[in-house]
Amino acid sequence: MRRPGPGAADPPPSRSACAGFDRRQPTEATEACAAVTPGGLFLAFLVAGLSGFGGALVWIHRAVVLKRRWMSEVEFASALSLCQLLPGPIVVNLAVHVGARYHGFTGACAAFLGLLLAPCAVAVMLAAAYSRYGHLAVTQSMLAGTVPAAMGLLLTMGIRLAAPLRRSGEMVPVAIAAFVGVVVFRLPVVVIVLTIAPLSLLLARLRVP
Amino acid sequence: MTANAFDLGWRLTLLSLIAISGVDTIVPDIYRFVVENRGWLSERQFTDLYAIARVAPGPNSLLVTLIGWQVAGFLGAVVATLALCGLPFILTFYVSRMWRRFEGARWRKVVQEGLAPIASGLVLGSGYILTSAADRTWTAAAITAGSMLVVLFSRVHPLLVLALAGIAGVIGLV
Repeated sequence: MRRPGPGAADPPPSRSACAGFDRRQPTEATEACAAVTPGGLFLAFLVAGLSGFGGALVWIHRAVVLKRRWMSEVEFASALSLCQLLPGPIVVNLAVHVGARYHGFTGACAAFLGLLLAPCAVAVMLAAAYSRYGHLAVTQSMLAGTVPAAMGLLLTMGIRLAAPLRRSGEMVPVAIAAFVGVVVFRLPVVVIVLTIAPLSLLLARLRVP
Repeated sequence: MTANAFDLGWRLTLLSLIAISGVDTIVPDIYRFVVENRGWLSERQFTDLYAIARVAPGPNSLLVTLIGWQVAGFLGAVVATLALCGLPFILTFYVSRMWRRFEGARWRKVVQEGLAPIASGLVLGSGYILTSAADRTWTAAAITAGSMLVVLFSRVHPLLVLALAGIAGVIGLV
């Protein structure tokens, strides 16, 4: 006879509770994320910043969505759209948004400093070395290899952001329209977002109960 | 030196407000200001700093930190970085706070579901454009495809992928 102790049958509190997949209980999902500390935010963005060869965006996505599950793909993608509409470096805006979500002003500062401090120091050291030795031959040939790989990471992130569309087929034309706006018409991002958003919001309004 | 730092800082503060959808939009304006207008950097220095900002880890907006450092040392780097990020920080902070206030509201869910597919299209679109500009050789295209496959279908750390690609570049494979 198996006699489970109190709570033994409960699964351990999973961090995926933060991912917001359970749309019925948004507030509980947020409470589950109370464990996110300013130090944790600083560290997550520090790692994302230091790994961000060829752009920090994919690394923030990895840290926030894939590894720590602080946000779902949909939450991240909509935050990204929002941050693209606001002026300033997109990844900085994203850091402020994610940090503020969990710890207000302290969180925003923690994520901001985590993202920028170390990369700034590294970049200045590189520039100092460059002004002393005066050539960039190695970095140029290294870029020849890392830039294509960074493009692969960027496209991979795009695929992951598009994955939730499998559950919402009627939103697919919206993604295609944005893609065409960038690739075929080469429109500025603001123009694309402001043109498509009204239609997209209307479609979403029909979907969301 | 100090005067230059704040001269640069003020200009970046103004430019930050029109840097919608990233700093890349204002790089030409920054160039005109520091190279042509103020003459703090030569054209060559500017393009080299741009290359260093790209090769260094972190956001590409580090370019601004490097320009500040070149113009007015440590103070210049700090002033330039904060000038570029200050107003966007404040603006995003308040937008984010408003966003949180409506946690659970239906319109917020609508906005979230409506904006998300746009971002996926934008990322894939800019990824496509940047890739077709960057991958001029078959090896480069193979590295892009390979890194996608590895990151999507294996548990290999993406940093390892970047490192291997960097090595391939250094030994002249690309």
